[in-house]
Amino acid sequence: MTTTRPSLGRIALNAAAGLSLLYILLPLIFVTWLAFFRQEIPSFPPEGYSLKWFSAAANNQPFINGFLLSLQVGVAATLLGLLVGVPASLALVRHRIVLGPLFNTLLLMPLVMPGIVLGTAIYVFQIETEIATGLPVMGSQGGLIAAHTLVVIPWVVRLVTASLVGFDRTIEEAAQNLGAGPFTTFRRVTLPSIRPGIVAAGLFGFVTSFGNLEMSLFLVGPGRTTLPIAILQYLEWKIDPTVAAASLIQIVLIAVAMIVTDRYVKLSRVV
Amino acid sequence: MARLSIEHLRKTYGDLTVVNDVNIDIADGEFLVLLGPSGCGKTTTLRMVAGFIAPSAGSITIGERSVTTLPPWKRNCGLVFQSYALFPHMTVAENVAFGLEMRKIPPADRAPRVAEALRLVQLAGFDERYPRQLSGGQQQRVALARALAMEPDVLLLDEPLSNLDAKLRQEVRVEIRDLQRKLGLTTIMVTHDQEEALTMADRLVVMEKGEVRQIGTQRELYERPADRFVAGFIGRSAFLDGDIVAPGRFRTKGGVAIGCAAATRIGAATLALRPERIAVGGEADGLHNRFEARVEHASYLGAILEIDVSLSGPDAIDKDRMLLQIPNKAGIAEPKPGETITIGWAEDAGLVYPREG
Ligand SMILES: Nc1ncnc2c1ncn2[C@@H]1O[C@H](COP(=O)(O)OP(=O)(O)O)[C@@H](O)[C@H]1O
Ligand SMILES: [Mg+2]
Repeated sequence: MTTTRPSLGRIALNAAAGLSLLYILLPLIFVTWLAFFRQEIPSFPPEGYSLKWFSAAANNQPFINGFLLSLQVGVAATLLGLLVGVPASLALVRHRIVLGPLFNTLLLMPLVMPGIVLGTAIYVFQIETEIATGLPVMGSQGGLIAAHTLVVIPWVVRLVTASLVGFDRTIEEAAQNLGAGPFTTFRRVTLPSIRPGIVAAGLFGFVTSFGNLEMSLFLVGPGRTTLPIAILQYLEWKIDPTVAAASLIQIVLIAVAMIVTDRYVKLSRVV
Repeated sequence: MARLSIEHLRKTYGDLTVVNDVNIDIADGEFLVLLGPSGCGKTTTLRMVAGFIAPSAGSITIGERSVTTLPPWKRNCGLVFQSYALFPHMTVAENVAFGLEMRKIPPADRAPRVAEALRLVQLAGFDERYPRQLSGGQQQRVALARALAMEPDVLLLDEPLSNLDAKLRQEVRVEIRDLQRKLGLTTIMVTHDQEEALTMADRLVVMEKGEVRQIGTQRELYERPADRFVAGFIGRSAFLDGDIVAPGRFRTKGGVAIGCAAATRIGAATLALRPERIAVGGEADGLHNRFEARVEHASYLGAILEIDVSLSGPDAIDKDRMLLQIPNKAGIAEPKPGETITIGWAEDAGLVYPREG
């Protein structure tokens, strides 16, 4: 009997992959570790371990308010992003639109545009809008949601167009042939087929919105801060492990959301 | 069920005419086959009937109802797609029930009709499977059951057998035909497969380049092809180009004189002969037209021998090539190129068509 020895190339590849993974996970590992340190000023080695920072984070009023605002904004922006992005994807994939590729690129833009640039641009736009219309746009929750919708849309367009491209349109014709009008056809046949793309887009859009710091910095109003900003503000005063604990809670929540989603649609297949 | 009438149907894309002035009347319960080479406009015609393509001109009437401008979901045509187009996220039963659901039939009444449709296509008990768990042949039956369950006025089949393997095709062919007769369904089937068309149809429509070349029964198409295309497309024919020089007298391009009863109108013409009317060797004795033909090429095709011969001598400008098909009877060896064989046919054997090109 012979056992094939793994080739040198294979070993090198696995080592490189392992190293990259470690590099990605390292900050996460440190944050997790830090969250359980007993002492206030992070230093190595830890003096001991404690869970007190978790209760500190959970009882910190700015964090709680920030979390609730981020949640509201994230959910609203995700829903709006889907409402705009799904029809846009349908139009881009299914109709020959003048300048279609250009629109496609434009819709993906916010994903590659630096957050600071985006924030500045929206900030200026909102000021101009407020001056022109007299409406209280600046620092309002509506203004924040509108901006966050912008970073959700690229995810929706990217993932939904991808699932539409491989979609066999004759099943829509079959539905119509069996007596379904356009709306019923969309609801009963098209939507179920692109649902994985939509769910994944909603999840990634929400996470992007929830974690957004740079753009939000320009747009929040007094007494209305999102969680990342609340954390940043806290860090200006203190560097105790409360922040690490808050981050860990956030990471766990997102991980749970991903795992639950993955049970229904295989994320690795659509992203 | 209902009769279906297609009048002056036409479809153009820009300058391209894909379907041109098609007129077809289909009787209640008739099985009509649209036959023609790939790209001749069969699918386009069928999809205009189903409502997925808007005609550039013409009208479509189902029963007493003009459906020309109706959207697909109001036509009540059961279409079986070439790719089956089953809903992948629905079970077999849900697929079949879909049409009933769209007609607002209460769930309690749907179940027996779904069961009946599945029983008809011999898929009873497959209700809870998903399409991906079925073989190609089974998916095809589900597609058929789904179309049948909604009790369509007409059944439309687009190359329904083309994705099945040869053996299954034979079976399904018979099944579809039996089912269609039993239910008395007015049916149009599209195919490019001549044998499939001939075995299944009550009547055939031969199309080419967007136009109807001939409508008729198998016998009418074979014995009285309307033009040279049909003569070559339905069954085989050997063709000889030449001229009708006098009533009853045909002269090939190479100068060979042939007696032909069908030759009446003087002018350029093509003579078409069915292979079984051409006698070979001793059988040609005493026939009006009898020639020593030179073998150019011979192929052994199992049941038949296919022999390419020329009628006129090697120095003629046009060699008058024609393709013979001889039944492969015991003891016949295929002749070698360069040999001569005797062939002949009766004066009433050929049909003549105006010469093309
Ligand atoms: N949307 C279209 N635009 C231009 N030409 C088309 C279009 N659809 C079909 N055609 C042309 O029409 C002809 C007939 O097509 P089709 O009806 O599918 O043929 P068949 O089913 O007989 O093979 C083909 O030559 C095809 O290229
Ligand atoms: Mg076709």
